[in-house]
Amino acid sequence: MENPAASPLLALSNVSVQFPDEGGVASFAVHNANLDLKGGEILGVAGESGSGKTQLLMAIMGLTPRSARLSGNLVFKGEELLHARRQRLRELRGNRIALVFQDPMTALNPYLTIGRQMTEVLEYHGGHSRAAARVRVLAMLESVGIDNPSLRIGQYPHQLSGGMRQRVMLGMALLCEPDLLLADEPTTALDVTVQAQVLDLLLELRARLGTAILLVTHDLGVLARVADRIAVMQAGNIVEQAEVTALFAAPQHPYTRMLLDSARRLDAGSA
Amino acid sequence: MLRYVLRRLVAAVPTMLVIITLAFALLHAAPGGPFDEGKEMIPEIKASIEKTYHLDEAVPLQYLRYLAQIARGDLGPSFQYRNTSVNELIAQGLPIDLTIGGLALLVALLVGLPLGVLAATQRGRWLDHLSMGISLLGISVPVLVIAPLLILVFAVTLQWLPAGDWGDGNPRNLVLPVLALSAPYIAYVARITRGSLVEVLQAPYIRTARAKGLPAHIILLRHAMKPTLLPLVSFLGPASIGVITGSIVIESVFGLPGIGRFFVNGAFNRDYTLVMGVTILYGGLIVLANLLADLCYAWLDPRVRLS
Amino acid sequence: MTPTRLPRPSLVVLISILVAALAVPWISPYDYYTPSWDELDLAPHLASGHLLGTDGLGRDLLVRLMWGCRISLLVALLASLTSLVIGVLWGVTAGYLGGRTDDLMMRAVDVLYSLPFIPFVIVLTVLFGRNILLLFIAIGAVSWLDIARIVRGQTLSLRHREFIEAARVGGMTSFSIITRHLIPNLIGIVLVYLTLTIPTVILIEALLSFLGLGAQAPLTSLGVMIADGAAQMQSRPLLLICPAVLLAVLVYCCNRIGDALRDASDRASG
Repeated sequence: MENPAASPLLALSNVSVQFPDEGGVASFAVHNANLDLKGGEILGVAGESGSGKTQLLMAIMGLTPRSARLSGNLVFKGEELLHARRQRLRELRGNRIALVFQDPMTALNPYLTIGRQMTEVLEYHGGHSRAAARVRVLAMLESVGIDNPSLRIGQYPHQLSGGMRQRVMLGMALLCEPDLLLADEPTTALDVTVQAQVLDLLLELRARLGTAILLVTHDLGVLARVADRIAVMQAGNIVEQAEVTALFAAPQHPYTRMLLDSARRLDAGSA
Repeated sequence: MLRYVLRRLVAAVPTMLVIITLAFALLHAAPGGPFDEGKEMIPEIKASIEKTYHLDEAVPLQYLRYLAQIARGDLGPSFQYRNTSVNELIAQGLPIDLTIGGLALLVALLVGLPLGVLAATQRGRWLDHLSMGISLLGISVPVLVIAPLLILVFAVTLQWLPAGDWGDGNPRNLVLPVLALSAPYIAYVARITRGSLVEVLQAPYIRTARAKGLPAHIILLRHAMKPTLLPLVSFLGPASIGVITGSIVIESVFGLPGIGRFFVNGAFNRDYTLVMGVTILYGGLIVLANLLADLCYAWLDPRVRLS
Repeated sequence: MTPTRLPRPSLVVLISILVAALAVPWISPYDYYTPSWDELDLAPHLASGHLLGTDGLGRDLLVRLMWGCRISLLVALLASLTSLVIGVLWGVTAGYLGGRTDDLMMRAVDVLYSLPFIPFVIVLTVLFGRNILLLFIAIGAVSWLDIARIVRGQTLSLRHREFIEAARVGGMTSFSIITRHLIPNLIGIVLVYLTLTIPTVILIEALLSFLGLGAQAPLTSLGVMIADGAAQMQSRPLLLICPAVLLAVLVYCCNRIGDALRDASDRASG
């Protein structure tokens, strides 16, 4: 396993994402973010909508809108990414760093089969032939818990249930066995029972493949279940970072406490 | 999918019925029409008309007869050309119309699609503004202006291309008519493609494709093309109406012996059966085009095809 | 509805054309129909007063152009008004009555929408004669569909507003509600769509006249002039180019202004 003293897989230093505003005044979606992620670790980023957590993920992938200005330092496996060439970023995306989106219904192309959307990742990044890619896709579909993979591979997204679609998204992201998986609210659009299954799947995949996961969500319950460490974001700033048990037991920042309180109230209410 | 097809076929029937009924109603109700009582006519001709059109029977019965006749595909005899039936005249002219109309749509797609894609990918830059400006011109300038002007420029002044005259079947005769007919459609196709592609490129699944690290050309061709083309397919249905109207003008200007020419001549010479018959034909063609466009759309969208 | 972004060049051009077309009977020294056998086929010549030359019968081209414009615009206006009346009545009735009546009426619109209307208009001219008055009725009779749809949509959204409810509770008859309350509120959107119907109708009239089924000699319209010009384009290209360009410019300006108005009204209604 990883030497705990080894350099982190992903290191953000003072990363900012700035958008020019209407009046010429710029606003920060992400402000001076400092984050570390070690190999095989699951880091949760908690925050309400509008806290900038999605833009943080986009910045790591190099997928921020053209109008955004990025500053700071973003190092992945020793390579600076914020100012890397587009070609290099494309080589990494889907390959060494993968992204899973919130709503699998809209995130998958309704006009292409599941199989096509998955094999193309292997074909493009691994140079596999269609037939070889298909074999690996079938294996992946099975390992994420899709029943009857040989049937599903020829189906279209609308023919699968929500939970299955999210499993497909996960499988698609992990095809090249990336070092880092970024997940943007992966369970929010799913039923509660399916949520638990997907989270267990994430844990299992981390155990099997050693993939580090950066999981962004507003749902602290999700993070309580899977995260090793949590970073709390408020209005673009990371206000607190701690081990998961420490954070839940003794939150330092008032915003963190507020989040925990409201989560507990919700929990109590539904109990 | 099968149910969808059947449903659309059934929906086409009332439209055709309306067209045929309107045709019948106008034929019989109009003053100065062939069935106008007040008209002075030689007794023999009058008797012959009455026999052919069963005018002694009650009007509803005549209507049913007319329906049956149309259902058989018989559009009746031409009033102008006594010994020719409308069907024969149509058979003469239809190939020309189909050729020119089909080629015009093809040209519209071949030129308009790349133009629209270019404009969308170069959104906001000068190429975008230029292509959309040109297409606005194409839409605003009517066929009736473009056609003669094209002849003036290319046939008369530059003497590059012949100005019509179908006689020798030379394909060069087709160039100007097809160009004139396709002009507004190139513009429409370009605009629709641009709008559609711009919208598609904002879709979440395109973001996923980018997140997978796929290069721009694969995203464009494999992920974006199909959804971009769908509004275009829908457009082809209504476009057929315009193509038909345009072909009437084109044939007049270029002197092509298509159905449009017969139609206009028939209008001048009060050849009622011909005019009615061609109108019904046009209606039928439009209904068919709409049907085909809808079916194409349904087939291209897997959510419809597989339900 | 503030006319903030009306395209100024189009407005200027359009208004100039309108003014010229309106004023021509009074300001031009020539009329449009009297042949002048001494001045056949002249090229543009300032000194003789024929700014654009004359046609084959010695009639001043510029004057003919302006008269042609007049007729085209007149027919367009009348036809648009006809389609307006039919469309508004249909749309308001469908929107106000709602339910199955609305369904039926709008289904009829859908069916009519897919009809080849130019052929039908041609049919109408065949049957009712090539009378210029009947021409505009025929054109109007086939162009009301879009207006009907828009009006029906607006009526549906207005129907449930408080002032309508109040009127109904207060005992007004449906007819009065429609005429006194609904229609005044529809004027805005109707005007906008009118500006878009007009260019379409101008084109239909031009098409019919071009084919010889519209305005009859000695009356002229832009369509007729284009047809005549096309026949003589080898010898006198100006006879074709002038009316053709004028028609295109007229339609283009109307379209631009109509588009701008529609954009403004879309933004105003949110």
